[in-house]
Amino acid sequence: MADTPIPLEVRDITKRFGDTEVLKGLSLKAHKGDVITLIGASGSGKSTFLRCMNLLEQPDEGDLIVHGEEIRFKKTRHGREPADWKQVVRMRAKLSMVFQNFNLWAHMTLLENIIEAPVHVLGKPKKEAVEHARALLERVGLTERADAYPAQMSGGQQQRGAIARALAMDPEVMLFDEPTSALDPELVGDVLKVMRDLAEEGRTMILVTHEMAFARDVSSQVIYLHQGVIEEYGPPEAVFGSPRSERLKQFLAPKH
Amino acid sequence: MEALMTWLEAQLADNSIFTLQTLGYYGEGLVTTVQLVALSLIIGLVLAVPLAIGRGSRHRWISLPIFLYCYVFRGTPLLVQLYLIYYGVVFVEGIQETWLWVILEKPFVPALIAFTLNTAAYTTEIFRGAIKSTDRGEIEAARAYGMSRGLMLRRIVLPSAFRRALPAYGNEVIFMLHASAIASVVTIMDLTGAARFVYARYYAPFEAFLFVAAIYLCLTFAILYLFRYLERRLLAHLKPVSG
Repeated sequence: MADTPIPLEVRDITKRFGDTEVLKGLSLKAHKGDVITLIGASGSGKSTFLRCMNLLEQPDEGDLIVHGEEIRFKKTRHGREPADWKQVVRMRAKLSMVFQNFNLWAHMTLLENIIEAPVHVLGKPKKEAVEHARALLERVGLTERADAYPAQMSGGQQQRGAIARALAMDPEVMLFDEPTSALDPELVGDVLKVMRDLAEEGRTMILVTHEMAFARDVSSQVIYLHQGVIEEYGPPEAVFGSPRSERLKQFLAPKH
Repeated sequence: MEALMTWLEAQLADNSIFTLQTLGYYGEGLVTTVQLVALSLIIGLVLAVPLAIGRGSRHRWISLPIFLYCYVFRGTPLLVQLYLIYYGVVFVEGIQETWLWVILEKPFVPALIAFTLNTAAYTTEIFRGAIKSTDRGEIEAARAYGMSRGLMLRRIVLPSAFRRALPAYGNEVIFMLHASAIASVVTIMDLTGAARFVYARYYAPFEAFLFVAAIYLCLTFAILYLFRYLERRLLAHLKPVSG
């Protein structure tokens, strides 16, 4: 265990938008097979925190270590920036993200979406990528939609397709940014089922979600964020079962 | 072929205007118009892609000159641009002694330059708009999946922008075809030039210009059909199946 590097570690991340500090020194360590869930009210900074992990947002301070490799930063007059974008590109290829609004590339079929990054970023042979993609499509139950364009699919199908796209990278860690928030209620189940399967097979996952029941079921660790600070964290039984802070109690209380 | 010619001659026998000779002028005019328009569109398109990318650049020393170029060429009449280039080059000091003069002396190349610069300016603006309206989420996904700026441009932004630009670009192509009619004022024998010649020779404005109008209509129809086909092929992804 000691020789395999930790898939993802972040230390003391801070982030400011203008004068407001939205993340106030957040740290997290994702070991292999961990499913870490970030919960919190909107505006608590959970999505921003997740987006700092693959540098879609640039943290103002803090360290980022992906699979044992520390990301190097440099100061510029715009603030802090990665020193080596090639390193960032390499690191992003190890963390794949699933977005709230799916963000599939609209001009490509589902199959083309899935093989795009493996072929053009990882340099995988196309034939191999297509085979892998077909296997993944079967896994998320979309075998017959391979040649459909995103606009021709339901939200649930698009999101399952987006998960297949993420899996095609053979990622170290999968990041989920509110993957079911944009879905009709009856489509949420299919997506959660796919995610549950992934958690059970030991994928390392970090997710931001409002699906509390799901978080309670699959997480190995739950982090409750409040105004950019980790207010409470621990195994789901503890966080959901016996919350210590008043705010978390209120947050978890059934609404109305 | 022989039979066709005699048939055509018989058809034209009691017609004093549309003789084999004048039809020949129209034919040559058609070739010149198509050459002029096609060449300027192709070169303009090739120029417009990097210009559109540069137009959206964060560096002002890249985007500003391109903005000025587009502004000037879209802000002045094509006819004035044509005059400036065709009549203007003569006054460039010493140009008549260089090899350039051989091609610039005849009107075709100056007209081609004017048309190319004009269509490139319009096409740049069309592409810039399309690039700018690329879905933010798709760009974010490209970044998150480890694409470099260049790769993202090549694989995601441009393919999607070109498709979105297609209908507007189809309009530009038709516009260029019709704008090319002014080539005749610098003595190019394009379609309109041929019509003007026939009109002047026979003093038959309706015959001369209605005939040429019909040819332009046919050309426009062909362009419309081509773009309809391209849109069906390339914009399929935007159409929901049930719609």
